[in-house]
Amino acid sequence: MLKAVILIGGPQKGTRFRPLSLDTPKPLFPIAGLPLIQHHIAACVKLEECKEILIIGSYTTTHMTQFVTDMQKEYHVIIRYLQEFTALGTGGGLYHFRDQVRAGNPSAFFLLNGDVCADFPLKELWTFHDERPNALVTIMGTEATRQQSIHYGCMVSEASTKAVTHYVEKPNSYVSTLINCGVYVCSLQVFHTMAEAFQKKQDGYYSASGQNGSHPGYMSWEQDVLAPLAGTNKLFAMQVNNWWSQVKTAGSTIYANRHYLELNRQKQIDPPCQILPDVFLHPTAVIDSTAVIGPNVSIGAGVIVKAGVRIKESIILNNATINEHALVMYSIIGQDVSVGEWSRVEGTPSDPDPDKPFAKMDNQPLFNTDGRLNPSITILGAGVVVPGETILLNSIVLPHKLLTRSFKHEIIL
Amino acid sequence: MCGSDKKLGEIRALILVGGYGTRLRPLTLSRPKPLVEFANKPILMHQIEALVEAGVTQVILAVSYRADDMEKELTEQVSKLGVSLTFSHETEPLGTAGPLALARDLLATSPEPFFVLNSDVICDFPFKELAKYHKSHGKEGTIVVTKVEEPSKYGVVVYKEDGQIERFIEKPQEFISNKINAGMYILNPSVLSRIELRPMSIEKEVFPFMALDGQLYAMELQGFWMDVGQPKDFLTGMCLYLNSLRQKNSDKLHDGAGVVGNVLIDPTATIGKGCRIGPNVTIGPNVVIEDGACIKRSTILRGACVRQHAWLDGCIVGWRSVVGRWVRMENCTVLGEDVIVKDELYINGGQVLPHKSIALSVPEPQIIM
Repeated sequence: MLKAVILIGGPQKGTRFRPLSLDTPKPLFPIAGLPLIQHHIAACVKLEECKEILIIGSYTTTHMTQFVTDMQKEYHVIIRYLQEFTALGTGGGLYHFRDQVRAGNPSAFFLLNGDVCADFPLKELWTFHDERPNALVTIMGTEATRQQSIHYGCMVSEASTKAVTHYVEKPNSYVSTLINCGVYVCSLQVFHTMAEAFQKKQDGYYSASGQNGSHPGYMSWEQDVLAPLAGTNKLFAMQVNNWWSQVKTAGSTIYANRHYLELNRQKQIDPPCQILPDVFLHPTAVIDSTAVIGPNVSIGAGVIVKAGVRIKESIILNNATINEHALVMYSIIGQDVSVGEWSRVEGTPSDPDPDKPFAKMDNQPLFNTDGRLNPSITILGAGVVVPGETILLNSIVLPHKLLTRSFKHEIIL
Repeated sequence: MCGSDKKLGEIRALILVGGYGTRLRPLTLSRPKPLVEFANKPILMHQIEALVEAGVTQVILAVSYRADDMEKELTEQVSKLGVSLTFSHETEPLGTAGPLALARDLLATSPEPFFVLNSDVICDFPFKELAKYHKSHGKEGTIVVTKVEEPSKYGVVVYKEDGQIERFIEKPQEFISNKINAGMYILNPSVLSRIELRPMSIEKEVFPFMALDGQLYAMELQGFWMDVGQPKDFLTGMCLYLNSLRQKNSDKLHDGAGVVGNVLIDPTATIGKGCRIGPNVTIGPNVVIEDGACIKRSTILRGACVRQHAWLDGCIVGWRSVVGRWVRMENCTVLGEDVIVKDELYINGGQVLPHKSIALSVPEPQIIM
């Protein structure tokens, strides 16, 4: 028997995902028609041995209950949300709920960061781990460019055994192009290692009389667990070349959407209008036959797309209305937004450099060093109204704003 | 009665066409400026028709470049109006007065006064009233003046209540007058003695001296006036012209579903379903506007095509150009002849040279070579 743990963090994390996270918790933001972490769940249930999925985070249960209920209905495995009493870090939450993970004595458990997107090769990862009896943790690794690698956990592995000999989280200088994907298989014995790490943290906390700030239960999985395990022949890395990306900024969702659509490609039966694949259309969306949609578009429930509308490289959230002749590209249209007729909502794609092998999303900050807005996708928060015949270019509009004119390169509060 | 008509018929007019019309590029790279259609008629034909209306039978075009095509095409069009056309070629640019000296032989053949006008002016041409007023005061010259909102950008004209001009002031810092020279005159042949055959400015080197001698009068223009020599003013002039058409001759303007405000559409143009055209749009012969396009304050020249769902505001679309589907063009975008703008692009204030295919958006105003 296997289990899976998905770490989703809490509302104080994911601020770079604003304004999208103002309405929907980031783990539930729909990508290719499914909440971000449903892709994780779908990958886990593909393994028959996986009997339980535990979601750990510090979002209140009210945010998660509906989702968990929906998932229970859709997939016939046990799915539970375990709420941390406070944000305990990537390791602290897992350690706190260790008994829940150990219950039923699974052979191992998968550990998945909620903010990654991938073609999760969980079966290969499990086989790889299973073949190495002394492995406590196997990390899914991938290659990055030299410049970008320092933004990730960097690993050096032994060529033949794949044992990780060195691990450093977000180094200041170049260490290795092999990076941690935030996808792991762990043996239950890892909790012994975590107990030692926890004890060490406690000692530090009390000797400093609680003066070092963070909660005594706080623990970083990467820094407090993985880094010390490197060089002990208990930590391994399986390098994959499958597609993988983090979802940090709102801009990265368009890129993730494209890949998830491609992975989950289904033949569109009886399309309502001209479709340029890949496109996800929710069955309750109402699409005029003269619209042209795609590539890389996800359209949510209750969305209305009127005559002569063009949508590409965009995510349209539930119950938005796109009026006649409007064009939407490289944008995210929030729930209940209305885009007026003949309007143009356009962003700038922020995909990884296609000419650089192994390049990842840059996840640029909102502003560049001159204090100007970096060109990014255009994002309309929930309930925004865009009047007819206007243009919104590379702009971010916070929820419930009624615009009265065109905007370019602006954040509209 | 018959005799006096014939006498009026001997009036000649000289139109200062001048150079290449660089200010109206990229349109004038394909067609001489006098032939660029303003409200579906070459700019020059607006003036010639008004002159013919006032009884002019000989029009002299002062041009500083040779354009055989233009000469052939204009001669053809003008001959239908029963007026003779003469080209007076400058070997070097002679300014606004020199061309009169060059055409001295033509202008001095009769004692009748002659009209002079700048070729970029569009208005309700008042040539009959001008001739009448000129005769009534009996002096050497009369210039048409028009009222402007911001006179400090221009040279203003100061004149007495009876019309006699006292002086001209270039770009006044303090308000003195809101009347400016409208670029239309009637002059007696005696004025030719004040002009030499050299580059010379009529505004600076002739009129001030005539005013000093008490020989120059001003007549105020009624209605709109615009120098349409550059794209921005071309579009403003078009709005004024269409508005004036509405006031006096609205059956030329188009009405019907999807048409908003003053819109001029050539009968050979086709307009698709679900379009919104206007206000202030001119659509030329054989133009195709496909379904669901929205066009405001723009001129679409002969043979161009605006494809589905495109949105245009403040644009001049050159001859045989194609604007792609879901394209947005605005802010004084000018497409030269035979330009192709690919689907879904955004063109903000682009000036696109002829025969160019545009595949990338132009988010800030620029010239596309």
